[in-house]
Amino acid sequence: MTNVTIYVTLRESVVDPQGIATTEALQKMGYEEVKSVRVGKLIELQLDGSEETIEARVNEMCNDLLINKVIEDYRFEIGEVVSK
Amino acid sequence: MKFAVLVFPGLTCDLDMYHAIEETVKQDVEYVWHTEADQLDQFDAVLLPTGTSYGNYLRPGALAKSSPACKQLQAFAESGKLVLGVGNGFHILVEAGILPGGFLRNQSLKFRSARETVRVENNNTAFTKDYTQGQVLTLPVANEFGNYYADEQTVEELKNNNQIVFTYANENTDGSTEAIAGITNKRGNVLGMMPLPERAVEEIIGGTDGTALFQSIMNNRGEQHVN
Repeated sequence: MTNVTIYVTLRESVVDPQGIATTEALQKMGYEEVKSVRVGKLIELQLDGSEETIEARVNEMCNDLLINKVIEDYRFEIGEVVSK
Repeated sequence: MKFAVLVFPGLTCDLDMYHAIEETVKQDVEYVWHTEADQLDQFDAVLLPTGTSYGNYLRPGALAKSSPACKQLQAFAESGKLVLGVGNGFHILVEAGILPGGFLRNQSLKFRSARETVRVENNNTAFTKDYTQGQVLTLPVANEFGNYYADEQTVEELKNNNQIVFTYANENTDGSTEAIAGITNKRGNVLGMMPLPERAVEEIIGGTDGTALFQSIMNNRGEQHVN
């Protein structure tokens, strides 16, 4: 099996209310160097399949369900093959 | 006229929608569970109630795509018959690609249960003909993800096709793009809206501004777009 890690972030043009609230919280706590926070999510998959097809299949999954491209961007890393 | 209230797991306000049909237009209405939606074409209109389908996991409305009812709903919408999705039902329509856009967490970061003033921006749809153009309604909202988002190009298209049907009239508390509260598809036979008209059909529970929406569906079901 192969591990795939997908990083999901809100698109640049999208206002991130959680990020803004977190920025303000950090600044209030004295971390004044923080200028911006964007909150995203991380999706970890473990899947079967040959190395050649994994990239295409994961892109397909992202387009079909995992990502809404209107509001989100994504990138992913294909990790080590793990033994069963 | 025969209405279906299409219920995905976690949609909790199916009863309100059912009741609104009984109360306002007094027509046949049936609950259709999402795994039993293969006969959807026997209905004249499909109503998607609000709630928290699939726990709002991943993104609100997204996991409904895993149900066979999603494809059946897409086919029903393409046939030109009327589809109304409110609240989480609107999320499902967007995630299923039947309506454009996406939803973000409310700007306030709160679940908001309130009454909103909503302006009718286009009364020339099968859903809004019984309202007057520019009429301001008071309708309940109850959501955590009411912040509608569309990019500039989509907004341009929505405006050019008169697809923006409702906007928030006073305050755009959730932060929706262009204060959008409800849109139709290009053809005008599918409406998604965050305010909840089915909760405003009786004076005793605080108003009847939602009634005309269901009467419009009843009176204008044969008509479509709309420009």
